[in-house]
Amino acid sequence: MTYQPQKDFGTPASGSSDLVTCTIDGRQVTVPAGTSVMRAAAEQGTSIPKLCATDNMKSFGSCRLCLVEIDGRRGTPASCTTPVEQDMVVHTQTPHLQKLRKGVMELYISDHPLDCLTCAANGDCELQDQAGAVGLRDVRYEVQSTHLGQEKDHSNPYFDFDPSKCIACSRCIRACDEVQGTLALTMEGRGWDSKISAGLASDNFLGSECVSCGACVQACPTATLVEKKVVEIGTPEHSVVTTCAYCGVGCTFRAEMRGEQLVRMVPYKDGKANRGHSCVKGRFAWGYAQHQDRILKPMIRKSINDAWREVEWDEAFTYTASELKRISDTYGRHALGGITSSRCTNEETFLVQKLVRAGFGNNNVDTCARVCHSPTGYGLKTTFGTSAGTQDFDSVEECDVMLIIGANPTDGHPVFASRMKRRLRGQDGRPPAKLIVIDPRRTDIVRSPHIEAEHHLPLRPGTNVAVLTAMAHVIVSEGLANEAFIKERCDWDEYRHWAEFVAQPRNSPESLQPVTLVDAEELRAAARLYATGGNGAIYYGLGVTEHSQGSSTVMAIANLAMATGNIGRRGVGVNPLRGQNNVQGACDMGSFPHELSGYRHVSDGDARKLFENDWGVALDPEPGLRIPNMLDAAVDGVFKALYVQGEDILQSDPNTKHVSAGLAAMECVIVHDLFLNETANYAHIFLPGSTFLEKNGTFTNAERRIQPVRKVMTPLNGLEDWEVTQRLAQAMGLDWNYAHPSEIMDEIARLTPTFAGVSFARLDEEGSLQWPVTDAAPDGSPIMHVDGFVRGKGKFVVTDYVPTDEKTGPRFPLLLTTGRILSHYNVGAQTRRTENVAWHPEDLLEIHPVDAEDRGIKSGDWVKLASRAGETTLRATVTDRVAPGVVYTTFHHAVTQVNVVTTDFSDWATNCPEYKVTAVQISPSNGPTDWQEEYEALSERARRIATEVPAE
Amino acid sequence: MTSLERLVYMLNQIATNLATDPDPVTATAEHIHLFWDPRMKQMIVESNREGLSPVAASAVQRLAQAHASA
Repeated sequence: MTYQPQKDFGTPASGSSDLVTCTIDGRQVTVPAGTSVMRAAAEQGTSIPKLCATDNMKSFGSCRLCLVEIDGRRGTPASCTTPVEQDMVVHTQTPHLQKLRKGVMELYISDHPLDCLTCAANGDCELQDQAGAVGLRDVRYEVQSTHLGQEKDHSNPYFDFDPSKCIACSRCIRACDEVQGTLALTMEGRGWDSKISAGLASDNFLGSECVSCGACVQACPTATLVEKKVVEIGTPEHSVVTTCAYCGVGCTFRAEMRGEQLVRMVPYKDGKANRGHSCVKGRFAWGYAQHQDRILKPMIRKSINDAWREVEWDEAFTYTASELKRISDTYGRHALGGITSSRCTNEETFLVQKLVRAGFGNNNVDTCARVCHSPTGYGLKTTFGTSAGTQDFDSVEECDVMLIIGANPTDGHPVFASRMKRRLRGQDGRPPAKLIVIDPRRTDIVRSPHIEAEHHLPLRPGTNVAVLTAMAHVIVSEGLANEAFIKERCDWDEYRHWAEFVAQPRNSPESLQPVTLVDAEELRAAARLYATGGNGAIYYGLGVTEHSQGSSTVMAIANLAMATGNIGRRGVGVNPLRGQNNVQGACDMGSFPHELSGYRHVSDGDARKLFENDWGVALDPEPGLRIPNMLDAAVDGVFKALYVQGEDILQSDPNTKHVSAGLAAMECVIVHDLFLNETANYAHIFLPGSTFLEKNGTFTNAERRIQPVRKVMTPLNGLEDWEVTQRLAQAMGLDWNYAHPSEIMDEIARLTPTFAGVSFARLDEEGSLQWPVTDAAPDGSPIMHVDGFVRGKGKFVVTDYVPTDEKTGPRFPLLLTTGRILSHYNVGAQTRRTENVAWHPEDLLEIHPVDAEDRGIKSGDWVKLASRAGETTLRATVTDRVAPGVVYTTFHHAVTQVNVVTTDFSDWATNCPEYKVTAVQISPSNGPTDWQEEYEALSERARRIATEVPAE
Repeated sequence: MTSLERLVYMLNQIATNLATDPDPVTATAEHIHLFWDPRMKQMIVESNREGLSPVAASAVQRLAQAHASA
């Protein structure tokens, strides 16, 4: 298994279905029309020397190295820019070509440092390889003026920029433009003075608009842009393909290794979710895996006021099992519960819910999807019949109108955002897709290089349903509904009922404008564009779900898509952008208290029977407790033990004081995690977890794509997470004997109809599979509801706007909405332990200039953020990205703990918290609130680990 | 807010959002049946039903009958 970079075909694949046959070096090759001579040669195994060409960007034709001769043509055309033609005869190596190439290479090398042996790219340098390939033996030029000896830019924490090694091929600039879509790089100067510049001449890489996605580093053929880790460690010697453990995009990476040491993560070109692209998190922010804060030994304590005591695994399992048994015997089996992790694998999640249902003997299992996409589950199941996005990511390339609501993809789902932006800029001569953004903030995608949203509707937070109903009003009342589609695919009577409702004058954009604050004419134009602009695709995020009407909003979105016929083919659909890497998977695996895997209600006797026969236990037919209900029950004194895997509910869940009261009321809180997170302050047992690099399994991304996660190093704590759950189950007397996660997947497939055709062997063959994978769709299902909805007829549901009870008033006049930023992930437990803090060292409060001035607040000032639930302090940044009356912040930093401010209000159907609407007041502040000081003291006390074994 | 007060609040919220359903009482009762754990159901059924909206109260009545006959 020696190291090989991924094969580079030089130019992108042609999408044409017409084939042409030509002859290259005496061998016939048949390729799709439009393929370059360079790529055709590469496909038959001939590598034409090249420097400026690479297959994830358009050919450029600047390096003059890839010249070929073609019979019947004059001169020596560049093979990267010359498409093959039928019967063309190409020669890639002739004495004339050899002479030309050697001459070109001689010029390159005349102005390149000759420090190959000590260069970081030694052995992994295209310039070095090509100099060898063209037979360069001598450089005759005595160069007077060179571009050597320039200062390196070390500012980016993950890669270095050494302009002296640059050959001005522009690959980095093109990667930034075409692949990432940030357009941060440019070529400054001419001739010897040519220099890649990030942002303005005064900027360095860190200070520029560069988002550190790594596309330029990957594109660089020399050591000009190189990972600091490669500089530090050396080149990798083998690689393993695996799946990123950050967001719901689920990028495929090659973990490039030296022994068990990770050298770098490089996006995998054959990864179907990311197509060879990455973001700063997946590409670079994996240092947390080896961070000194990781806890590697199990720990126990009687009381949360005690210091932790390190124990061996055996003792930890025995003690945990005995505590759980004691509590079950004392308080009854309903006093126990568990929370599965959206960061762990499908197999691990499946085992945790199995432990709860089969071991604890109840259905008290929930997952972090409770606080993010549970309304998607309810809404899409009700309207379409299953809880899943309808499209694959590739589908975005066929859309004509993109409607983004309550999602900030350039921060939350950056790699998919790059693909969206590519479609919004227009490519290959196709006109760009048009963009509608419904968001209280002017998110980056509203206006970015070569992209301008047709309509941005900056609604008042909490009025999503009103805005969508008003859009439906326009579509129905102006006769824009696709009635042929509706008659064929949906329940017509339900449609009529819905259409009558939305057509009422009270639902017009004009009537609702005072509520939504959205300009009625603009809203009408947006609705018309979505209904008539061709393929309309809706992408939404937590700005839709995390409201008291989250489920209603999801159903309102589904109504719009059905009313306009935008379902069941490429380029359209309803696409929830999932937050964490395996939120989709955690939901699929039966993590909700009312559902078995594959979204079958626990009251469904047939489904239950299937599990009961397989597991040999009787299952409870009643739904269990959801996370907020568990906390309520704990405060009531009837819920006593909680097993939390890979989740930090104290930091991530709303109304921190309520969460801590619930946790404090329990007798046995088991935290299974990498770090002593905030929840662990209230824990009695800590089971150390393993990272995604240390285990085998699968993650399922936002497009229902099941992808392998592969172990590249031994778990530092000794056990993969599924092994920990299994050992705990065994200690509780359950007869579990999985030898490998593949056996768990076999069980999932056996018990879950939509996973029937999934196995590790199939995943190894295919790379990934999108469920449902069934006899009817053995290769998976990129697009859902193609011939009919899963539930049969699509269901229109009337969604009446009900204002939230969280209201502004004289004491709390502003609305707070919370979200994420590119460089951090969720509670920040991972990303705060990486160099990503260089971009975002603290949570900041965005406030409009008018509101700031009223309060005498300037950017950088400390402010107190107070709501009816609690208060915290953080620094302000004054910006018109937010509308007057709205403030915004992130929840990545434990010192801010912004969830001390958020409230208990939640979605009516699922209890998903209303993170996006909190009435607050902002005032200048000198320092931390009492709560922050008390909490810091508590954290310090709760994290003590006894260093010596007691004498007795 | 006590747990019972919270349940009353949740139930009213559910009933309000299901008000446009052709049969709001059945829809509300069904929702509780499908998503609330046994203790939550029991608490609301055994409560004095103060503070419940008419639809919510009827839904609880429906649940109480189902419990009695079960």
